[in-house]
Amino acid sequence: MTLFDDFIVLAALAGIGVAIAAAPLGCFVVWRRMAYFGDATAHASILGVALALTFDTSILAGVLVTALLMAGTISALSDRGYAMDTLLGVMAHSALALGLVAVSFLRDVRVDLMAYLFGDILAVSLTDIAVVWIGAALVLVILWWRWSSLLTATLNPELARASGIAPHREQLVLTLALAIVVAVAIKVVGVLLITAMLLIPAATARTFSNTPERMAVMAALVGTLSVLGGLLMSFRLDTPTGPTIVAMGTGLFLGASLITFLRRSTS
Amino acid sequence: MRLLSLRQATIRHSGTPALEGVDFHIDKGEIVTILGPNGSGKSTLLRSLIGALPLSSGTLDRAPGLRIGYVPQKLHIDPTLPLTVRRFLSLPKRIPNAVAEAALDDVGLPDLGDHPMAGLSGGQFQRVLLARALLIRPDLLILDEATQGLDQPGSAAFYQKIEQVRADLGCAVLMVSHELHVVMAASDRVICLNGHVCCEGAPAQVASAPEYQALFGTGTHGTLALYRHEHDHSHDHDHGPGCDHGPAEHGHPQP
Repeated sequence: MTLFDDFIVLAALAGIGVAIAAAPLGCFVVWRRMAYFGDATAHASILGVALALTFDTSILAGVLVTALLMAGTISALSDRGYAMDTLLGVMAHSALALGLVAVSFLRDVRVDLMAYLFGDILAVSLTDIAVVWIGAALVLVILWWRWSSLLTATLNPELARASGIAPHREQLVLTLALAIVVAVAIKVVGVLLITAMLLIPAATARTFSNTPERMAVMAALVGTLSVLGGLLMSFRLDTPTGPTIVAMGTGLFLGASLITFLRRSTS
Repeated sequence: MRLLSLRQATIRHSGTPALEGVDFHIDKGEIVTILGPNGSGKSTLLRSLIGALPLSSGTLDRAPGLRIGYVPQKLHIDPTLPLTVRRFLSLPKRIPNAVAEAALDDVGLPDLGDHPMAGLSGGQFQRVLLARALLIRPDLLILDEATQGLDQPGSAAFYQKIEQVRADLGCAVLMVSHELHVVMAASDRVICLNGHVCCEGAPAQVASAPEYQALFGTGTHGTLALYRHEHDHSHDHDHGPGCDHGPAEHGHPQP
């Protein structure tokens, strides 16, 4: 295998891992209207990068902890009925700004900020891939295990209560899964575009799905297609890879929207 | 057999009590209806009984292993969530196809399994909700204004179905209703609620109670008052402390 084949294959493996984990979680983000929640958690992770570099711990651990803290804080606040839209906006952007400021204080460490903001998928190592796939497997296992309860709680909290499901616990499960996805996806698409990997494939898959399970599987397919197509395009056109992957997803989403539109106007 | 009992229960929404000092119980096979004006704490009471709202004080006792079938006031399904009737019936517990078909047959909606939930009419939707609630063979069926949005024949058919369910399953039924004539005909016991229990007892007994008449008026006039309350209320009225819905959420029966 030539060097070129090698790094493209590694990048594809990392990207597909993220796409597969992000797909079912992204469906929940769409169904529960948590898009901004995902944004806030992802943006907070740049603060995690700064902290990890400051205290010289692993980036993964730093990101995981800050993402969990952020997601947990938002969950707790939303239960108390704060004006979530504004609050999430404030927290998402404050966390990003604070993170960027904090990174700039690290004089001794040379940090390639762009790699964290937009991802650096072409530089993934075998270790990175292992981390992505372990994280992805963990998220899939968690969602598989809680699937029915999560779905019921998403549909209607009181209906879930009457069936003996605690909606609050399911929210925590999603929070945990989200933190894991953010932590492993940072290398692939960067903090600014993680939410896109959650939302766009799920939104695209809605057109082709009549059940929640089908939507999750279709979202994984769309995500995988975006990763492969995006990699290829970025290589051909010499464009930044993370954004090209997301742009590819956007293309698929537009195609699906067109199909929905045509179906509606013909029926 | 006592299924559920609530003793001296008080529930506060951000400090203000929505329900105060409520004693309530329901026994096996009983049909109990809760009446009360908007914001009187009807939904609050139901939600506390299914465990969705914690009590600020007082105690809630449930019979061990009590199975509750719950039909919510309305169920909003996000348009991004694809859900067929068949899939909905399998939430949270997967059921075999034959069971799902029998359940749909039972509520008079055969061959609707592959239909998306979003495409159902109001009456069909309520019957699917009922079918799902009955799947677990409940000891207690709780209906929160389940006929809201149904026309007269539709709601009459729905309540007939409830009677039949009670006869078949021997379950207790607890419902919130605005429909006075139905309440009088179908309930064993009526509880009149307005932040506290105003009065309770057999329907005829309650109808002549001064507390009830103060809330709903007397005789046929009472029925009219109730309907006036349902149809002509302002959308910008002040909500009582126990009312947990927004100003735009009042469903109206569509003609």
